[in-house]
Amino acid sequence: MYTLYATWIREGKLKPDPSWNDELGIKFTLQDPCQIVRKSFGDPAADDMRLVVKACVGEKNFIDMTPNKSNNFCCGGGGGFLQSGYKEQRLLYGQIKDSQIKKTGATYCVTGCHNCHAQIHELGDHFGGGYHAVHAWTILALALGVLGRSERIHLGEELQEVNLPDSSR
Amino acid sequence: MSDTRIKLKGKSPFKEMVMKLLPDGGNLNDCLTCGLCASGCPATGMDDMDPRKFLRMAALGMDEEIRKSRWPWFCTMCTRCVHACPMKINIPQLVFNARRLRPRDEMPKGILGSCDMALSKETNSAMGCTKEDFSFVVEDLLEEIKEEYPIWEERNLQAPIDKEGAEFFINQNSREPMIEPEEMGPLWKILNLVGVDWTYGSAGWAAENYCMFMADDNGWKTLTERSAQKCDELGCTTFLNTE
Ligand code: SF4
Ligand code: SF4
Repeated sequence: MYTLYATWIREGKLKPDPSWNDELGIKFTLQDPCQIVRKSFGDPAADDMRLVVKACVGEKNFIDMTPNKSNNFCCGGGGGFLQSGYKEQRLLYGQIKDSQIKKTGATYCVTGCHNCHAQIHELGDHFGGGYHAVHAWTILALALGVLGRSERIHLGEELQEVNLPDSSR
Repeated sequence: MSDTRIKLKGKSPFKEMVMKLLPDGGNLNDCLTCGLCASGCPATGMDDMDPRKFLRMAALGMDEEIRKSRWPWFCTMCTRCVHACPMKINIPQLVFNARRLRPRDEMPKGILGSCDMALSKETNSAMGCTKEDFSFVVEDLLEEIKEEYPIWEERNLQAPIDKEGAEFFINQNSREPMIEPEEMGPLWKILNLVGVDWTYGSAGWAAENYCMFMADDNGWKTLTERSAQKCDELGCTTFLNTE
């Protein structure tokens, strides 16, 4: 899907505008999903994801974790960990990811997979990092100016009113 | 290292079994014991285990210990160890097959429950979302969006189910229709703006597959086939995962 988003942006079929974030300067990082990057499509898919995120939030507002792409650490939400009942171990596993995200200083972590989303959301709460986990479609819709009021459940206070579409038409 | 004092009888049935399943035997005999895998694995240390040690245990035929270990459920099969390993040893596949060693009723309850639930519904939903629930949620949300933002009526926003001949067959994680349906709207809008011809399937739309996580090959296959069949039946050319 991310490769498609990237293709559509390259072809001009989608025209996200990152200028909403020029002055706000809200920082975003990105979790490379093991399943999509290391296990399936490799670094080209990771590069596509970066192209999409940067096109939506602005080049200077994207901060990568280290290590990243094919060498990224798993967040701990994969392999069925979320449903296995071993919560304590799952959070322990996620400690590396949590400190990686904190080190970027980003307020938002774009997650490319549902397991990552759930796990990183929980890590942010549990370890008090205060960062949010958001799906890629949320920031893409935001930068396209079509993200409705009710579609902002994973966004913080500061983004509730930003780039809202006109509801009179 | 205590491992080295164990008397080797040259028999490791579990490891042999896994090697037969994997191309090049997963290189499971080629370990240099360098420890690179363990040093970069987030599950290292849990239950006093790590990937290198796990592989040694398999090589030494400690199959009973492996069967009892909880550690295969702490490894997410993320493959970072393979990425780091100079010999490209497939430890995650060893772990995957170790999960198989437990009888079905001893699998972690959450995973077993999700797998069984998905198998019992033609939608594949691990959260038990039925055909009817799904189409209700989708139609309801579509209406809400158009009410709040009339422009989408004009732009003819759609979220079709079982549209024949659509190019893309798109799946969706059950969390959306069941817990946060609002999260589906942004994707629909993006697809509309690009002008994509797409559809959900009334059957097999759920993206999650918990049977796979417990190495239930038949269950895994059943779920995947349901989705693929629906996609074929509708004549869609591309199966597209929302992730
Ligand atoms: S990285 Fe590979 S060779 Fe090194 S200990 Fe791990 S499995 Fe063995
Ligand atoms: S696949 Fe398992 S053993 Fe390998 S690095 Fe990931 S969690 Fe560790």
